[in-house]
Amino acid sequence: MITFRQRIRTAVALLTAAALTACGATTGSSANGTIEYWLWDSAQQPGYQKCADAFAQANPGLKIHISQYGWDAYWSKLTAGFIADTAPDVFTDHLSKFAQYVDLKVLRPLDDLGPTGDIEDGDYQPGLAELWKGQDGKRYGAPKDWDTIAIFYDAAAIKAAGVDPAELQTLTWNPQDGGTFEKLVAHLTIDEKGVRGDEPGFDKAHVKTHGLGSEGSGGGGWGQTQWSAFTGSTGWQATDKNPWGTKFNLDQPALQDTLSWYFGLVQKGYMPSYEEIGGANAIGTDKQIQSGTAAMGLSGSWMISSFTKLTDSAGKKLDIGLAPTPIGPSGKRASMFNGLADSVTTLSKQPENAAKWVKFLSGEECQNIIGQSGVVFPARPAGTDLAIAYNKSERKLDVTPFTQQVVDKTTFLFPVTTNAADIAALMAPRLDAVYIGSSPVSSLTKLNTQLDDLFKVAQ
Amino acid sequence: MVTTTSIRPAKTGRARNGPRDDTRLALLFILPALVGFAVFLVWPTLRGIYLSFTKFNLLTPPEFNGLDNYVRMVQDPVFWNALKVTLYYVILNIGFQTVLALVIAVMMQRLTQRTWLRGIVLTPFLVSNVVAAMVFLWILDYQLGIGNTIIAAIGLDRIPFLSDSAWAIPTIAFINVWRHVGYTALLIFAGLQTIPETVYEAGRIDGAGEVRMFRSITVPLLRPILSLVLIITVVGSFQVFDTVAIATRGGPVDSSRVLQYYIYDVAFGRFQFGYASAMSVALLAVLVIVTFLQYRLTRAESSDLA
Repeated sequence: MITFRQRIRTAVALLTAAALTACGATTGSSANGTIEYWLWDSAQQPGYQKCADAFAQANPGLKIHISQYGWDAYWSKLTAGFIADTAPDVFTDHLSKFAQYVDLKVLRPLDDLGPTGDIEDGDYQPGLAELWKGQDGKRYGAPKDWDTIAIFYDAAAIKAAGVDPAELQTLTWNPQDGGTFEKLVAHLTIDEKGVRGDEPGFDKAHVKTHGLGSEGSGGGGWGQTQWSAFTGSTGWQATDKNPWGTKFNLDQPALQDTLSWYFGLVQKGYMPSYEEIGGANAIGTDKQIQSGTAAMGLSGSWMISSFTKLTDSAGKKLDIGLAPTPIGPSGKRASMFNGLADSVTTLSKQPENAAKWVKFLSGEECQNIIGQSGVVFPARPAGTDLAIAYNKSERKLDVTPFTQQVVDKTTFLFPVTTNAADIAALMAPRLDAVYIGSSPVSSLTKLNTQLDDLFKVAQ
Repeated sequence: MVTTTSIRPAKTGRARNGPRDDTRLALLFILPALVGFAVFLVWPTLRGIYLSFTKFNLLTPPEFNGLDNYVRMVQDPVFWNALKVTLYYVILNIGFQTVLALVIAVMMQRLTQRTWLRGIVLTPFLVSNVVAAMVFLWILDYQLGIGNTIIAAIGLDRIPFLSDSAWAIPTIAFINVWRHVGYTALLIFAGLQTIPETVYEAGRIDGAGEVRMFRSITVPLLRPILSLVLIITVVGSFQVFDTVAIATRGGPVDSSRVLQYYIYDVAFGRFQFGYASAMSVALLAVLVIVTFLQYRLTRAESSDLA
């Protein structure tokens, strides 16, 4: 017969065992032929699901499981995954993040894996593939798409203002008076009494519709959808060299004058303030245009499908138009040129299979599928052409404002550096302060010293 | 309770050898809790202290770097600002919460006997912190929130509750007062129940009013409970995190970057677990000092009722 004491002993043993197995249970990467793949953009998931189905058909025994998490959760989940050994086999990587992951030794060089060893730079839009090589010269990502910046506008607001949409294609700006761009922004701004921003009696404290929407201060991503098109068109570069710059240029007048003008639009009532867009939980320009608080706004090509799906409160589709970023003091327009890629993690238990999937994602078949879904511009030129055609036929949208920048070589690359997380952590609050107006633009000189110091410590 | 003397006649043969020894059985019962305590509290704390002397990114092995993290901490203006912001939050949060909870508890005891009314006070505590923060984020939104819509409707200017540096911390403090006040009131209410009704009767015979009795009877006799409640709530308040993470993410600029959020950001956003551990050790030290002072100043270990 089991005694009381024995029973307790068994119970304790069982409890301990349960606690231990609970700690040891893992999900994520496994070696059973299912490849875990992560991405953050829900709009892209259907397209990549099609790729996954095609891949499974071509590779019997292999299956792709796609998980999608929103941008913020994505990166914290990925970090947690690296720590807890639950990271996916393959994930969509961003230029602002990959250098850190290379340093943390969680990415596998694609050159060392059979299927991805022969990826050619020349197969992709010029410059894209090279961005994904680490300081050791090895490739850590296979290009999947690219993006540029343009102006999205509410065609109804332009019409109501009596502006010819053709005018939007040739806008110019400068940091002194803002040029024809600022004139248009002022004209599109309407206060609560219906007075336009360029008319006498305009009440800048009670604005109903701002001429230009705001995507925040841009401190977290070098002003990509905020001010990078303006600083870029002055010829300004964020770092001494790109990629792998170690000295920063936030102390230069070209940047400070531009930001002084850009954030000055808030003071004039032409652009919504930090509070109006919701502070730390800001809404994007798409929602601002939808709700009528902005008439136009800068955003990226990955947002085309979101913008073209916008409806008014009655459920009617909004007529959205596109215009290129304005021509700046350098005599040219400018757009940041950024791209995403797929990376294989060192935690993958089936790196060769994972590499097969990455090869497929970066290959012609999948990129054509993505091009035909019209959500982003695939990295291969043929895929890009399909996306352009899709927008023309299905959305009646001319996406030239995005593509022309690449043709004209007026793009500049996203600043790729190491210590990206520290840079973002230092920059975001300082730029927020400039946007809010609690710090002058000249405070960025001190920030620049802090950023430079980051690299003195690191070396 | 551990040792009980057997008064049964010497039949089992054990009582002859003196009192029955229950230590082994007692240890067995304590063991599960002790394992939990050691695995989830003692070990992480010790390891955290060790990590605070290293450079550690969690993925590659920690490198010992002596006092570097502590030197950096002393020189880090964001750390000192975080400490200041946290302290400001604690003062606002605990100040309002304790006074309000005391008032609610006294009203519960003196004015109503209805259980459902007492129950209602506790309902906000049943809502999770994250949900409470989300709901208030929507209510207080500058453009679309119903709170600001009402403010605008009565002709006042909209208030940027969570997106202005002067408003952020008071707003977060208020959200957490709303959530925790019922729970705190319940703890104080339990304390009030221990004060004998006879003392109040004596007070009434002497002609004291409700206010006088509150000051001269309730507050002094409640002191041990009140100080216990304060110790618990202050420690909890210093560790504010979820409301900030949801509502402001430390912004605008650094105005709501409380210590816990800064630690989290440095650790999981910037992979500097060594430095984050050093700041956690600093927070631990602050909490130990604050708790010790509170314990001493309020003489929490002695009661005037005896």
